[in-house]
Amino acid sequence: MSKADTTDAETDNGVIQSVSGPVVTARDLNARMNDVVYVGDEGLMGEVIEIEGDLTTVQVYEETSGVGPGEPVENTGEPLSVDLGPGMLDAIYDGVQRPLDVLEGKMGSPYLDRGVDAPGIDLEEEWEFEPEVEAGDVVEPGDIVGVVEETVTIDHKVMVPPDYEGGEVVAAEAGSFDVTETVVELDNGEEVSMHQEWPVREARPANDKKTPRTPLVSGQRILDGLFPIAKGGTAAIPGPFGSGKTVTQHQLAKYADADIIVYVGCGERGNEMTEVIEDFPELEDPANGNPLMARTSLIANTSNMPVAARESCIYTGITIAEYYRDMGYDVALMADSTSRWAEAMREISSRLEEMPGEEGYPAYLAARLAQFYERAGYFENINGTEGSVSAIGAVSPPGGDFSEPVTQNTLRIVKTFWALDADLAERRHFPSINWNESYSLYKDQLDPWFEDEVADDWAERRQWAVDVLDEETELQEIVQLVGKDALPDDQQLTLEVARYLREAYLQQNAFHPVDTFCPPEKTYLMLTTIQTFNDEAFDALDAGVPVEEIIDIDSAPRINRIGVQEDYEEYVEDLKAEITEELRNLY
Amino acid sequence: MKEYQTITEISGPLVYAEVDEAIGYDEIVEIETAQGETLRGQVLESSEDVVAIQVFEGTSGIDRDASVRFLGETMKMPVTEDLLGRVLDGSGRPIDDGPEIVPEERQDIVGAAINPYSREYPEEFIETGVSAIDGMNTLVRGQKLPIFSSSGQPHSELAMQIARQASVPEEEEGGDDEEGSEFAVIFGAMGITQEEANEFMEDFERTGALERSVVFMNLADDPAVERTVTPRMVLTTAEYLAFEKDYHVLVILTDMTNYCEALREIGAAREEVPGRRGYPGYMYTDLAQLYERAGRIKGRDGSVTQIPILTMPGDDDTHPIPDLTGYITEGQIYVDPDLNSQGLQPPINVLPSLSRLMDDGIGEGLTRADHADVKDQMFAAYAEGEDLRDLVNIVGREALSELDNKYLDFADAFESEFIDQGFETNRDIDETLSIGWDLLSMLPKDALNRIDEEFIEEHYREDESEREVLEAAD
Repeated sequence: MSKADTTDAETDNGVIQSVSGPVVTARDLNARMNDVVYVGDEGLMGEVIEIEGDLTTVQVYEETSGVGPGEPVENTGEPLSVDLGPGMLDAIYDGVQRPLDVLEGKMGSPYLDRGVDAPGIDLEEEWEFEPEVEAGDVVEPGDIVGVVEETVTIDHKVMVPPDYEGGEVVAAEAGSFDVTETVVELDNGEEVSMHQEWPVREARPANDKKTPRTPLVSGQRILDGLFPIAKGGTAAIPGPFGSGKTVTQHQLAKYADADIIVYVGCGERGNEMTEVIEDFPELEDPANGNPLMARTSLIANTSNMPVAARESCIYTGITIAEYYRDMGYDVALMADSTSRWAEAMREISSRLEEMPGEEGYPAYLAARLAQFYERAGYFENINGTEGSVSAIGAVSPPGGDFSEPVTQNTLRIVKTFWALDADLAERRHFPSINWNESYSLYKDQLDPWFEDEVADDWAERRQWAVDVLDEETELQEIVQLVGKDALPDDQQLTLEVARYLREAYLQQNAFHPVDTFCPPEKTYLMLTTIQTFNDEAFDALDAGVPVEEIIDIDSAPRINRIGVQEDYEEYVEDLKAEITEELRNLY
Repeated sequence: MKEYQTITEISGPLVYAEVDEAIGYDEIVEIETAQGETLRGQVLESSEDVVAIQVFEGTSGIDRDASVRFLGETMKMPVTEDLLGRVLDGSGRPIDDGPEIVPEERQDIVGAAINPYSREYPEEFIETGVSAIDGMNTLVRGQKLPIFSSSGQPHSELAMQIARQASVPEEEEGGDDEEGSEFAVIFGAMGITQEEANEFMEDFERTGALERSVVFMNLADDPAVERTVTPRMVLTTAEYLAFEKDYHVLVILTDMTNYCEALREIGAAREEVPGRRGYPGYMYTDLAQLYERAGRIKGRDGSVTQIPILTMPGDDDTHPIPDLTGYITEGQIYVDPDLNSQGLQPPINVLPSLSRLMDDGIGEGLTRADHADVKDQMFAAYAEGEDLRDLVNIVGREALSELDNKYLDFADAFESEFIDQGFETNRDIDETLSIGWDLLSMLPKDALNRIDEEFIEEHYREDESEREVLEAAD
């Protein structure tokens, strides 16, 4: 956020009365709720969170060591806002949209110093503006008036801010401008620049929210194949530590077919964010081969960065996502992890000595989570374009126990649930998404898309796989008691088929150059191969071939290698033919 | 500097005093008792007329007339390269009768967060010489990898083994390279017993490791509140040596459970709203501020690698201390009581153990091209064998298929050959992987579904005589 002009009225400013960690109380401060203030001699950024009599409570976004009573508190009179405009892609921010690379330069140190501020977008960089309106056109709030090429991948649409009145265009010229310069003038005196500000805690307006009908294709077999999420959908990934939340989020950020990715690292590990910062510029966008960073905006508020900024980073992220949605883009937002966000709320709430709800979380936890996920969706924007924000939140339940408040309140809202499982992770079954517990409520509305785009028996095949896996779960319970060999032949064969489903289809190696991304066509072909094996094997069994011989055929284990094949179509064709031939030769 | 004799309340480790000037949050305080003893503390909460002070040494002996001095600065650690070889107490004062330490700098112990943009991603393999770690859960420079243990387990032996053996392979090759960064160990003891401390000290002295070590000792009978500063002293020293003096620093913190208990004690004394099991709600943030001080920084040669040790109360990893730790650190190593009672040394259970930074730290050019595949296959095979053990108890070995029996044999051999190497054995990565192949060759070739065919061709032992490490005769 840029340092807003502070109010002239000296009387609005106050002095610190007490300091306790990130919570500072000020006397005589004349501010509204959620106004941004600068605290102390060093000017640490904070936000008003409680007003009582002449005392105002402020949460400070920076470390408060050494700050003492009597120091000034300066009011900006503005709510916490983000700078919106070209330059947000290929950028990395902290929780209050300060660009971390700029901070490094300004502080001249690898450590985050205090009291340093920088605007979210470079105010001096010039962009080549191409108008899409001309004098005489009438524009309304939200309308697109021109385009700049923000990155090789993304054209940034310059829009009339939603809080303008709109009117007739007086002047619009092509040329090179910085973001503060006026690019389009309206007859009522309003001037449109490439720069907007928007308060983070307020959703940007839209005309209508629609039912999402297009999948967010992720290139991950278990997600696309069994538990798809829609563009504009919501999903939760809960799991204990070590179960692969972050790898799953990274995979989505790399391969999901969204136009824009906003990745919010909320209270997570510094090294993980560094991995993203180092990897993404080198990775290719699977859609067009451009660097992945060209469509990505990163927000990194690691676990040791100030807790109040962790509380705000989720809002900063979703506001940026909404802004690109307004341009008509499909945006996917990954929040890793919403539990850390909830804990930040808890920490601040307890410093305020609020009456705690469940497990010490504030009573408004459920409401805040709902507000956040409600900002996702498939929208008709106020300028008539359609865009979406998909929100995918990781949840880190203490002890892996899904009955805790953050998981439960999240599940009440989201429609896709990818349950990560420590047992699967322990046996290095990755992605360790439990197929019995997970669900997607978008399946039915997305099936038509898969049937049109991939294969018309997509839904049937999926159901077959689900049935086999369900049956396996039941059979495994018996196997645990009596051993596999005590089962009848047909059930032993089902276990074998289910094993291929688990090992070949559900497992996917995120670190293998080919297997890491699996297009829906390949996902489908892999499933049909396993089904071919299933059908032929049961025919053989019916013809009297012993189950040991069927299981022992040479070609079947090659199913496990489909994932790593680049020319999978040919491989699958050959494999199907071989399996069929080998099995038919047995009788 | 103003002195106050205005103490209004003393409660547990906390002292409340009235003041008439502005006192900064986190400022250092000295309290002089009537007996002339000087105690040190830190401002926990500061308002216009009263401050809450947490006293490191405990409040016994303080009365209403004790005088309170505010030093006007936050807590600092005097740092210098001369600290190497020294033994300090939990507040950073020397206790080894050595010469006075002349600091080059005095650094704030709270430590600012490293800008994620300035970090360098850790991907340099550290060879610990322990197969269960190197082979299955590789440690890299700049990682924080805790040991999850419980009371009565040999976690200290494991930590000592790592501290003794840890090396970075490339250093060995370029041994004559004088410019190369040196290795240093910083040992922070929090609330451990004198006996445990002696074991560490004896080991340090016996192996000559003390010369390249700094030891901070807060023992079980030292003040509990002091434990909240000890790790910050340790990490401030580590950062100084790593990022200003180019050392590769390995930090061992033991026992984090005692640290968290101290946090809880202070929280309770302040009558804070408790989180889970009475631990403060901000414990995640507090622990993160310690653990996140591991890492590498662009343009600096040194690194800080952390191995915190924690004893899980009741061997329960859902307890808040291991749970919050696991969410911050980059993996964990489990010390398992069952394996320990079987006599395995080190008793590491590799299945729940994890190193998150492993995948980028291994492979061709780093360790060996087949490392990742071998690791995956061994995990899968050992997990399979473990599952079958439950079944065997019910139906017996005869009821199982030939392949299942092979998995059972594999699991047994994996424990006795791969894991149980002894605390004194130092294996290089080639040896670790060779044992891996010897073991995997107990399984039929087509059961090795996680390994690239090319590697199977190269390494699979067709018969026992080809075994490289294990004796063919067993």
